[in-house]
Amino acid sequence: MAFLHAAGTASSGPKSGLRSKSWTPYLLLAPGLIWLITFFIFPIVSLASTSTMVRPEGAQIGTYVQELRFQNYIDAFTANQEQYIRSFVYAAIATILALAISYPLAYMIAFKSGKYRNILLVLVVAPFFTSFLLRTVAWTQILGDEGPIVSTLKLLPFIDDSMRLTSTPFAVISGLTYNFLPFMTLPLYASLERIDPRTLEAAGDLYANGLTTFRKVTVPLSMPGVVAGTLLTFIPAAGDYVNAAILGNPNTKMIGNVIESRFFAVVDYPTAAALSFTLMATILILVTLYIRRTGTDELV
Amino acid sequence: MANPKVSQDTGDLVLNRISKFYGDFKAVDDLSLTVPDGSFFALLGPSGCGKTTTLRMIAGLEEPSQGTIHIGDTDITTQKPYRRNVNTVFQNYALFPHLTIFENVAFGLRRRGQKDVKSEVDNALALVELGHLAERKPGQLSGGQQQRIAVARAIVNRPEVLLLDEPLGALDLKLRRQMQIELKRIQMEVGITFIHVTHDQEEAMTMADTIAVMNQGKIEQMGSATDLYEAPKTAFVANFLGQCNLIKAKVQSRAGGKAVVTAKGHTFEIPLTRVSTNNDSILLGVRPEKVRLDDTGVNSIKDCVVTDRSFVGTSTQYLVRTLWDLELVVFEQNDEGLHDLRVGDKVSLEWDPEHTFGLDGAQDVNAGADLDDEE
Repeated sequence: MAFLHAAGTASSGPKSGLRSKSWTPYLLLAPGLIWLITFFIFPIVSLASTSTMVRPEGAQIGTYVQELRFQNYIDAFTANQEQYIRSFVYAAIATILALAISYPLAYMIAFKSGKYRNILLVLVVAPFFTSFLLRTVAWTQILGDEGPIVSTLKLLPFIDDSMRLTSTPFAVISGLTYNFLPFMTLPLYASLERIDPRTLEAAGDLYANGLTTFRKVTVPLSMPGVVAGTLLTFIPAAGDYVNAAILGNPNTKMIGNVIESRFFAVVDYPTAAALSFTLMATILILVTLYIRRTGTDELV
Repeated sequence: MANPKVSQDTGDLVLNRISKFYGDFKAVDDLSLTVPDGSFFALLGPSGCGKTTTLRMIAGLEEPSQGTIHIGDTDITTQKPYRRNVNTVFQNYALFPHLTIFENVAFGLRRRGQKDVKSEVDNALALVELGHLAERKPGQLSGGQQQRIAVARAIVNRPEVLLLDEPLGALDLKLRRQMQIELKRIQMEVGITFIHVTHDQEEAMTMADTIAVMNQGKIEQMGSATDLYEAPKTAFVANFLGQCNLIKAKVQSRAGGKAVVTAKGHTFEIPLTRVSTNNDSILLGVRPEKVRLDDTGVNSIKDCVVTDRSFVGTSTQYLVRTLWDLELVVFEQNDEGLHDLRVGDKVSLEWDPEHTFGLDGAQDVNAGADLDDEE
């Protein structure tokens, strides 16, 4: 409907050539603006207002009235501190792992893959061809007690026979790392690929050996990709609930799981909304600090 | 401008029978070359002639398939680029975009563990007259400025040999002229061996003491700009450096210090010292500006017709057709003796024997023509 509305606005625009010209930018902006207002601004305002509501005494479940109760935030946070912190720890570990896996991969694709470059890039994106949920469920098979990893590990003498991988923090973090890996690899690849190989040759020419060239030239020049990749991995990982739900146990619950159960199971909208807002605000603050810190805005 | 002349006396750069193959393709073919210490040397040739590959082998960015490279007594053939005392000014400068100009120039010094780099970097920047830009990033500089920084970044390390890979290719004509003079000045000041790779014959002639003209992986001829221009030894060199008239001719006699040759009933004389072949079938060559629109000289062609005329300021360039349908180029200076001919006018041509040269007749008359504007 938003699009239809925008199209209508465009056709009924002013007729004068000069004026319609000055209107063009606004007309072009209109569909996006209308979309954002309908599906972002409006829900967020509604969420904000829900977050301070209170359920009147004796009212039905799911009935709330606005009382501007900001205490909701404090209550929600103190009750779920543990999951809250766990979310950021898991997301951080998954981001670091994804970076460690993706950097060599992206480097290889950008500089060493030759004619296989496009095939490798398709392979990086290939997991998106199947559903996110299915892929995560597949990990329960891979990490399952009878799965290839556990049974192989059990052959080792120092591994206890009762070893399990499913329903552990390891499984949740593995799932997060896996699911968001392409979001790390692609921006990294994009920024590595943009590096002029001659600058690397120039570094060698100026007495830098391979390792020094990597440290002093390749890494700094790939920083925009590192920053973009870590943000694209960390932000969705911190808010994710699918991995913890499918691969975890009650003790690996993340804040996403809490919000989900508050909304759909407990029907406690104000707490869920307050938690969502706190999560958003924390991510926003962390991201701002991170970008300031890495000084990416200075990079070309 | 406190930049003491670097007298390193490291010895000449010697390439001994080097070749580079890429599969079946011979990029560089059994090439031997000695570049005297402290000289400004140019490798000139069309794109794909192997000049850049030669340069990259000297820099250590490619390894020769055969042959050796020495600087003085040191064999550097397989030495890693970061170990050899050779620096390169890359074609598109390859400055580090994330570092300031100061840090770009300091890069080499720092990699060699030098702590106090300030005075040397400042001197290098002063040498290229860009000291005031030290705190900028490369992206904030113009092409000409980046070019100079690339030179400063290489020179600050006091290399034994400085390699310049088409360093002026990306600049416009006016800036290029200016940088040619600038580079020559810098070379004089620091006294380092410069090896300059270019496809631009004018650039090579302006700057280099010695030019090696390369074609298909081999050196066609080596010498000063004057030698190459006035006495080319091959049709390729004759055509690649400036314009040239080449006429197929037969040697009738070699005596008295001169060769007498004939072509289509015309007789010409060439000093024997200017005939570079023992073959009797030769190409008689003469530069367009040496040809006069007269018929009094020893070497002359009568009954020609002007087929084209273009006025280019300092001279008028005529295209003249002989009776046997050969087109020759004639440049006439725009001074008092101007003929001011029109298309269709009858004309005779003449030139002095000492401006004539004789090349082996087995070559393609058009070798090397129209190649210099590539890339």
